[in-house]
Amino acid sequence: MLMAIGGRRHPRVIPGFGVTIGFTLAYLGLIVLVPLGALVAKAAELGPGGIWAVATDARVFAALRLSFGASLAAAAINAVFGLLLAWVLVRYRFPGRRLVDALIDLPFALPTAVAGITLATLYAGNGWVGGLFAGDGWLGALFGPDGLKIAYTPLGVVVALVFVGLPFVVRTVQPVLADFDAESEEAAASLGASRFATFRRVVLPAILPALTTGFAMALARAVGEYGSVIFIAGNIPMVSEIAPLLIVTRLEEYNYAGASAVATVMLAVAFVLLFAINLLQRLDRAQAS
Amino acid sequence: MIANGISRRRFGGFVLGAATLLAVPGARAAAGPTVIQNVSYDPTREFYRAYNALFAERHAAGGGAALDIRMSHGGSGKQARSVIDGLEADVVTLALASDIDAIADHGLIAEDWQSRLPDNSAPYTSTIVFLVRKGNPKGIASWDDLTRDGVEVVTPNPKTSGGARWNYLAAWAHVVAGGGGAADARAFLARLFGNVPVLDTGARGATTTFVQRGIGDVLLAWENEAFLALKELGPGDFEIVVPALSILAEPPVAVVDKVVEARGTRALAEAYLRGLYTPEAQALAAENYYRPRLPEVAARYADAFPDVKRVTIDDPMFGGWRKTQAEHFGEGGVFDQIYRPR
Repeated sequence: MLMAIGGRRHPRVIPGFGVTIGFTLAYLGLIVLVPLGALVAKAAELGPGGIWAVATDARVFAALRLSFGASLAAAAINAVFGLLLAWVLVRYRFPGRRLVDALIDLPFALPTAVAGITLATLYAGNGWVGGLFAGDGWLGALFGPDGLKIAYTPLGVVVALVFVGLPFVVRTVQPVLADFDAESEEAAASLGASRFATFRRVVLPAILPALTTGFAMALARAVGEYGSVIFIAGNIPMVSEIAPLLIVTRLEEYNYAGASAVATVMLAVAFVLLFAINLLQRLDRAQAS
Repeated sequence: MIANGISRRRFGGFVLGAATLLAVPGARAAAGPTVIQNVSYDPTREFYRAYNALFAERHAAGGGAALDIRMSHGGSGKQARSVIDGLEADVVTLALASDIDAIADHGLIAEDWQSRLPDNSAPYTSTIVFLVRKGNPKGIASWDDLTRDGVEVVTPNPKTSGGARWNYLAAWAHVVAGGGGAADARAFLARLFGNVPVLDTGARGATTTFVQRGIGDVLLAWENEAFLALKELGPGDFEIVVPALSILAEPPVAVVDKVVEARGTRALAEAYLRGLYTPEAQALAAENYYRPRLPEVAARYADAFPDVKRVTIDDPMFGGWRKTQAEHFGEGGVFDQIYRPR
């Protein structure tokens, strides 16, 4: 045995592989796997049939659809505008740039409940922004006589999720853009590529992995978000009720297994989504090389 | 100003030091227990602040040691869960008997808790009233008006808010007391909740939605919460409408047996709860917009609280909290069915 292990040993540049992998697995197990395992174990009390019944219940399904739909929409919006922000911050020098740079992280620092209450105040029919979109506001007229309701509708959920997810895309794309050589762009331009072609063929492939990572992180954060959404969502079952609220509702009923079941379903869907994003990234990298 | 600031900080440090000292078991044994933890729900903040001062003063006047009465406030159901999960509460003062029942089900409180104190262990009561905008533009006077087309009703979600369960039950009582059957009551509540544009998770959240965000024509609220909103948020902007019939909300109190036995605080905790039934405490409750139980105190504050016929949870139409909780608010219960897609 000992011989066999010794025989397979290759010298490594950085020593201590055994210790570090042991530590990594133990740490990951303690911080991630144990709580998640406990969650799944609690849900397992219902049996696979019970969990399936929870997942396919019309109200749970509507809540899951809203949670994941709004999260995907918010992450997509953040991917576009986060990229734009990162671009501006890296490529241009303007007064107040550092200030704007620091502002990006604020959604991280703010307690989510504060964010939610502030957004609800702004986007309610009598708030600054909500008033503009109300039936008698000057932007609301574009949306018919009743205007556009933002707070207390699924749209409000997306607004809150865009807010909390913004830093992820900016912060993942920013360093890659900063490292990216402007010379490659110049080369492309001198070879006759249009601006759009330069962006699509030269810049985008370089930042795509970072952009996808930012998108995935913004998505993951949005799916689990409770504090900021709850104040602006309206929480009407089948319409504007998010899945985390259903979990809290079950807890209020002392139904721990039911709460865990909804959480497990969310976890499974989120895992599949994140795994798929990861897979896409790898395919993309394989194609590139 | 500066001297004042420093002395206040020093005082804070002193209190902290004193509390640490008092927490040393030896010191406590000499003077008897001095710390009690009261786990309560949201709108009782102002009332218990006043009552704790009264009780501590009385205790000191009777030769007792200085007391440190600690409060914890939050949604009633969440608070009950914290106690079940190990929050060391000597007494619980919650919104619903079913929340204390849940604690009793976990063996922390004796099953017969509700008969240990007078009046179903509820030293003060409340009811559900309507808060409407100034001048009552939609002319809301009774429960029937809430189901009219074009009337927007704000109430928290009965699944997550104790107060909202009373809202729901008061509407139910209105239909049944008027001669309707259970099917009529269901249809009425389905129409009523069809008029609800926002379901907040708690009573304070619903008040904010109605008062600050300008959503809805009428807020279903605890009477004490409605008075408080009137006083703190907008005197002159809102009016209270008391329906002819409502529900008798009995927020109950109980000693947590397992905790007081472990900590040796039973006598003190029981005295704390019995003290709620004294005339002085009853007057404090009335000052904080809870309806007092003692007839002589109630008579003194009769002007503040309009007459309203109040159905109790033990009425045959409900059959007590345990039955009501399972039937109406349990998973798949009557309330869930209202929102079932047809």
